Amino acid sequence: MMPFSTHTGTAAPMLRDNIDTDQIIPSREMKSVTKTGLGDGMFAGQRYLNDRVENPDFVLNQEIYRGATILLSGKNFGCGSSREHAVWALKEYGFRAVIAESFGEIFYNNCVRNGILCVQMEAEFIAARDLIVTIDLHMQTVDDVSFKIPRGDKAMLIGGLDPIAMTLQHEDDIAAHIMRDKTTRPWVY
Amino acid sequence: MNQTLFDKLWAQHRVKTLDGGEDLIAIDRVFLHERTGSVALESIVESGRTPLRPEHVFATMDHIVSNKAGRGGDDARTPGGDVFITATREAAQKTGINLIDVLDADQGIVHVISPELGIAQPGLTLVCPDSHTCSQGALGALAWGIGSTDAEHAIVTGCLRVKKPPQMRITVNGAFGAGVTAKDLALHIIARFGAAGAKRCAVEYAGDVVRNFSIEERLTLCNMAVEFAAFTAIVAPDEITFDYLKGKRFAPKNDVWEQAVASWNTLKTDRGAAFDFDYVVHAQDVKPTVTWGTSPAQAVAIDGRVPLGAETKALDYMNIEAGTKLSELAIGGAFIGSCTNARLSDLRAAADVIKGKTVAKGVSAICVPGSMAVRRAAEAEGLDAIFISAGFEWGAAGCAFCFYAGGETFAPGTRVISSTNRNFEGRQGPGVRTHLASPAVVAASAIAGRIVAPKEILK
Repeated sequence: MMPFSTHTGTAAPMLRDNIDTDQIIPSREMKSVTKTGLGDGMFAGQRYLNDRVENPDFVLNQEIYRGATILLSGKNFGCGSSREHAVWALKEYGFRAVIAESFGEIFYNNCVRNGILCVQMEAEFIAARDLIVTIDLHMQTVDDVSFKIPRGDKAMLIGGLDPIAMTLQHEDDIAAHIMRDKTTRPWVY
Repeated sequence: MNQTLFDKLWAQHRVKTLDGGEDLIAIDRVFLHERTGSVALESIVESGRTPLRPEHVFATMDHIVSNKAGRGGDDARTPGGDVFITATREAAQKTGINLIDVLDADQGIVHVISPELGIAQPGLTLVCPDSHTCSQGALGALAWGIGSTDAEHAIVTGCLRVKKPPQMRITVNGAFGAGVTAKDLALHIIARFGAAGAKRCAVEYAGDVVRNFSIEERLTLCNMAVEFAAFTAIVAPDEITFDYLKGKRFAPKNDVWEQAVASWNTLKTDRGAAFDFDYVVHAQDVKPTVTWGTSPAQAVAIDGRVPLGAETKALDYMNIEAGTKLSELAIGGAFIGSCTNARLSDLRAAADVIKGKTVAKGVSAICVPGSMAVRRAAEAEGLDAIFISAGFEWGAAGCAFCFYAGGETFAPGTRVISSTNRNFEGRQGPGVRTHLASPAVVAASAIAGRIVAPKEILK
C-alpha cells in the first residue's frame, strides 16, 4: 500500500450529499474478479454519454480538474453498497484523498485499507478550497487548518501498512482469547 | 456498571485494545457472496495465507445469479457474470470453506439464508462484505458490513481492527395503525433522522413494537439501518428469537442448546445503561410510507405529497414536481424481492392483496423469493399460483432486480415500485425511477397501475 504523508494536488468539487458507491463505481463496471481495471468505470454513469463519449458537464472532464487527486464532497460520501471496488476505482484513477463533511462507514474503512485518506471537514471550509489543496497527514492539516483522525488509521496510512500482517503479530493473544471463549461459549465452536 | 447490549457483545469479543485506539474484535462467522467475496477468497489463495477456521466461513451465490426458474449452475443474470460464480466456487473449494452453491436447496440471499439456516445466532459476531449485513442484528448478533480486504482479514486472522462506535437507542412504543409494517417503520425512521442520521452508531431497536415483531419483521427493520449510516443495528434476543432458531441446521443442538439460551438471556441492555443518543418513536405516527426521491430518506406517507422545496436533482431524476400527490404517480414496474422484503411473511402479505386480481396493463410485475426455501414454502401454500395468475413473474432466489449490474431490467425512465432498500439514481437500471415501499404497497400498486395503499384495492 502506498504510504501517505503530505500531498498537494488538484481538488475537484462534487459538493453534493450522499454520493453513494453505486455512483462511484456502477455495478455493471465490475467485470472481473480483481481489484484492478476499475478506474475507467469510475463515475461512469455521469462521466460518459452514450458510447463512452466523455460528458463535458462532468467535473472531472473539465480541463482544470483533469488529473485531480483530491475529491471534495458533502455529507455521507461513499454511503450505500460495501463494494471496495469504489475505492479501488478512485485509487486507480489517481485519487489520494477525499475531503467531505462525513463518510459512509464501510467506505471510510476501505479507504484506510487502500492508502486513501478521508478527511472530515465543515461544509464552509470545503466549499472555500482553491483549485490546489495541500494535505499534511503528519501535522493533520488541510491548507493549514487542522483535522482529526483516529491514531490507528493515521499510523496505517503513514506507514502504508498491511493490516493483516499487523494483526497476525497478535496471534498468541487471539489464540488465548479463543481458548477462553471455547469454555464459556462451547456452542460457538 | 450498567452496560448496553452492545457493550456486552463488544466486551465479550474484545481480544485487546491496540496502540492506535482500535480494538481487536474476535469474529465468529464470516459470510461471503460471489460479487465481493470472490475477490477476498482469490486474494487469500494468491497470498498463500489460509483461513483460521474455514468451518466458520460460508459463501453463497446471490448477487448476479440468474433468477430464471430452471437456471443452470453457472447462469448469471448479467453478461459475463458467470466468472464471479465459477471463481467463488473454485476459491471456496481451495480454501475449504462452506459453500452453498447456486443449485443447492439452501441457496438464497445471504441475509435471508443466514438466519434461515441458524448461522446467525444471538451473541455472535458476524461480518460479510455486504452493506446489509446489519440485517442479522435482528437475531441479537453483532453483524456488520465490511469491504473485501476486511473480509480477507477476518477469515485469515479471526479478528478485525475496529474502533468502538458510539451508540444510539431507538425505542418504538405504541401500536401501528392498519396496514403499517416494519418496512414503513424503517422508512419513517430514515426520513426522520436523515440518510446520515445514525452517525456511525450501533443502533439498538427497543420498545413494545420491536419486542412484538417476528424475526422476519426485525430483519426488515435492521436491514435498512445502513441506509441512515448506522454501524449496525441490533435487537435483544428473546423467546421469539429462541423459538425461531431452535432446530435450525446450524443452531446449537441438544445439551448445548440450554447452555446457549442461558447465555443469550443475559444479552440485554441493563436498566440505566447510557447511550450517546436515545430517541423514542411513536408507532401511531408511522404511516404506510413510500420514497419519492433518490435517497431512502426522501420518503413521505403514502397519502402525502412530494415536499415543497424538495431537492431539484432528485425531482428531475424522478420526473416529478414538488407538491405532487404520490397516489397520482402511474407505475410501469413492480418488484417484490431483496434481503429487505422477500421472506415468507412478505410474500404472504403481497399475495393477500393480489389474490384474484390482475396486474394493471403495462405494468411489468416480478416476484423473486429471497431463498429457495422461501420459494418452496410459498409454493406449498399456493402463493406461486396467486402471483402467477395475477400476472407476476415468479423467479428463482437471489438479489435480482434490487440492483442493476448489466443485463435485463426495466426500461430507462420506467417508474418502479419496489420492496427493496435503495432508490439511488440508476440503482435498478439506467434512468429507472425507484419508489421504495412495503410488499403490500408494491402489490396493491401493481394491481392499480399507480402508487396506492392496499386498503384502496381491498375495499
